[in-house]
Amino acid sequence: MATEFKLPEVSEGVESADVGQIAVAVGDAVEQGQVLMDIETDKAVVQLESPYSGTIAALNVSEGDSIPIGTVLLTIEESNGAPAEAPAAEKKPEPDEPKEAEPAEAEPEAVPEPKAETKEETSPTTAPAPSASKAAPAAKDSSNNAPVPAGPATRRLARKLGVDLKLVNGSGPGARVTQEDVENYVKNLITGGSTSGGGGGGITVPPLPDFTQFGEVERQKMKKLARVSANNLSLSWQIIPHVTQHDLADITDLETARKLFISKPNYSGPKVTMTALAMKAVAIVLHEFPAFNSSFDPQTEEIVLKKYINIGVAVDTENGLVVPVVKNVDKKNIIAIAQEMNVLAVKARDRKLEMSDMQGGTFTITNLGGLGGTSFTPIVNYPEVAILGMSRSRNEFQLVNNNPVSRLMLPLSLSYDHRVINGADAARFIVRISSLLSDPFNLLVDC
Amino acid sequence: MSGSATRETDIVVIGGGPGGYPAAFDAADKGFKVIMVNDDVAPGGVCLNRGCIPSKALLHVAKLINETKESSDWGISFQKPDIDIDKLRDFKNKVVTQLTGGITQLAGARHVEVLKGFGRFHDSQTVEVTKADGSKENIKFKYAIVATGSSPAVPPVFDLDDPRIMDSTGALELPEIPAKLLVVGGGYIGLEMGSVYAALGSQVTVVEMTDGLLPGADRDLVRPLQKRLKESFAAIHLNTKVEKLTPDSRGIIANLSGEGVEPQQTFDRVLISIGRRPNNKGLGLENTKLELDERGFIKHDSHQRTAESHIFAIGDIAGEPMLAHKATREAKVAIETIAGEPAEFDNIAIPAVVFTDPEIAWCGITEQQAKDQKLDVEITRFPWAASGRAQTLARTEGLTKMIFEKKTGRVLGVGIVGPGAGELIAEGVIAVEMAAVAEDVAASIHAHPTLSETMMEAAEIFHGQATHMYKPKRNK
Repeated sequence: MATEFKLPEVSEGVESADVGQIAVAVGDAVEQGQVLMDIETDKAVVQLESPYSGTIAALNVSEGDSIPIGTVLLTIEESNGAPAEAPAAEKKPEPDEPKEAEPAEAEPEAVPEPKAETKEETSPTTAPAPSASKAAPAAKDSSNNAPVPAGPATRRLARKLGVDLKLVNGSGPGARVTQEDVENYVKNLITGGSTSGGGGGGITVPPLPDFTQFGEVERQKMKKLARVSANNLSLSWQIIPHVTQHDLADITDLETARKLFISKPNYSGPKVTMTALAMKAVAIVLHEFPAFNSSFDPQTEEIVLKKYINIGVAVDTENGLVVPVVKNVDKKNIIAIAQEMNVLAVKARDRKLEMSDMQGGTFTITNLGGLGGTSFTPIVNYPEVAILGMSRSRNEFQLVNNNPVSRLMLPLSLSYDHRVINGADAARFIVRISSLLSDPFNLLVDC
Repeated sequence: MSGSATRETDIVVIGGGPGGYPAAFDAADKGFKVIMVNDDVAPGGVCLNRGCIPSKALLHVAKLINETKESSDWGISFQKPDIDIDKLRDFKNKVVTQLTGGITQLAGARHVEVLKGFGRFHDSQTVEVTKADGSKENIKFKYAIVATGSSPAVPPVFDLDDPRIMDSTGALELPEIPAKLLVVGGGYIGLEMGSVYAALGSQVTVVEMTDGLLPGADRDLVRPLQKRLKESFAAIHLNTKVEKLTPDSRGIIANLSGEGVEPQQTFDRVLISIGRRPNNKGLGLENTKLELDERGFIKHDSHQRTAESHIFAIGDIAGEPMLAHKATREAKVAIETIAGEPAEFDNIAIPAVVFTDPEIAWCGITEQQAKDQKLDVEITRFPWAASGRAQTLARTEGLTKMIFEKKTGRVLGVGIVGPGAGELIAEGVIAVEMAAVAEDVAASIHAHPTLSETMMEAAEIFHGQATHMYKPKRNK
């Protein structure tokens, strides 16, 4: 009778565990109480004992697997207490080093098989091979004193580049460090990856697992545009220590005015959007907080303050994300901004944007309000230092003179480069934007 | 220094052995002006002149003699060999001359000046060379490489100025074939030379102070050798000390103290092979900042730099293991360092080979070291009885074992005993040095039928079973 053996709840509150060393292989005879494998939780290493005597019929996990409680570990063909392979079970473990100088006629501990007769029923091919990629991270913290796994040429390269190999994560089997690993490590260091505190610096991306073992997959080539933004976004995320500040702007009055303005029967201008209004507001506040309109030069440790205000707006197109830039926003009125934005958006959709349309930005706005959401954490558009995200505005009760009044609230999310901008200034910046958007007259006056 | 000429050079190399001459050659190849000071009969050091090379020539002959005896089991019988010791000596000497001549030629081709004489530091910028005729020459250098090597250690109690008491140098000269030979010391030199003389017809007695032959080697590797030596040697006395040697007209009387060992035995000749000492005398180190450690080796860093950053020490004078191939690697490190390259002696695996029959070779960590360092290792053993190639050679006593880091399967050490182990270990060195894992070795195709397959199969065992061996699982 075959019985499945599932991962029991090895420790209170533990939902999953890692498979450590597996002591048995398919075809092995095991006895009740015999250790089958080590199970490692973040609390302890537990030795799992076989609940039955029998033969291992199937082994479903490999060393290094991370599995939830209840996973079927292996299947045991029960033998009512008698080991299926009695000789195997009776085989004595290897003797220790004999102390006497002359050993007894030392027969090899194992039975050699002549080449012609190697069809052994218990084929070792099903024995689990530890997955190298999974074992790799563990190898770094194994506290033995084996030298760093790297070939002589790699070690030489590391010396040449002044890299401490102990700090490099090896991508090869057994955490072996390759020359590429060393080069990538240095690249990461140069781009500030592991020193800036940005997300995920200094990490060599491990190879992906084979997803097909879990089900059907399809591989799609990333479009060029998507690849470019992916690169830019990772760069920004790795270099810039991001902080995001949220606020709510009361745009009830502004929205009323906007709607009234564009619905006037004799109005023939461009559609004035909330984005265009926000651009204007941002332009005003950038004047007041020039640090938000700058770039950081780590080489010279200088802040590069820009005397022009060019605001990029993230536009979602079928082909991917593009950020056309409206130049000199501070010198244009709202109608002009809206007009220009409309033209750029059409060009973006038609893939007619030119490089010059997307260059020279000093600040970026990304508006997801049309799609929904209450807030998000936009990624700064490197080498800018701040980006304003807009989510969907909605009516909320606000206390006005202690009375709940329904107001239209626009969620704002300001992500910024904390190397350049401190939190207090960010709060001042976003509060100022909110106040401009809350009071149309303000916006008008400060124009 | 008065009266002696002074010349200038970029690099002076003191010593012409397997550390010195590669250093000189490498330096010349990199464009340095090099003078190699060598006081030996010919360049090549102990290794070529009276070490590795001549002993291997003799061991080859010894193996041949032994095989003619063994072949009677396979239906081929030879008569007792007729040994012409003069001709054998000539063969050995010819091999040596051939190779040392080659070194001289290569030095010439590279414009390395070989200056015959004894080099000694006059100060930390000058080496004073005393030539055979007593004349002196001073060499002003930018960099110096000290590669003076080592010599057989003979304690004063055995230093009796009797030609019948020999060191390895004396034994390699093949003065005669003694009827009874005492080998003091069960290390690799004693066993190799003992094997040579035993094959030539001597009754060889080995006396070793410790409880095993070849201290440092794993016991399971020594076992097959010891078993074979027990047959070819008259006696192997472990835990036994040679208290005294007394030359006598009938021979050398040896006083031995060991359990069950006849306390007084007479031998025709005695080979003292208890170890080697670094050649640190008379080098004028006191005129420099160079320091010796407690065992007499010159202290240096991982770039082979001594306390004087422009003076380097390589080879036997620079420490254990005193092996030619270690010296050669150190030579390259030193010269590359001088050339400003990022070199460092960071080698993990220095192979050790004992050229007895069977040979024993190992590299990386040994099982004993793994135990002492409490490393989490898995050790696999593939007995040669399961190797087709070993069967065809009728040499199935061999063993190939591998020591893996348990967690990763990384090859940390390899040990081999069996004919050809010295050649086979090369794969182990690459595996250890490259941080190969078991799978790398197991999944690389090894030619069939060769002994190298034993390494592949030893690696297979790490993941379960080897094709030609079935090992019932142990309860862990």
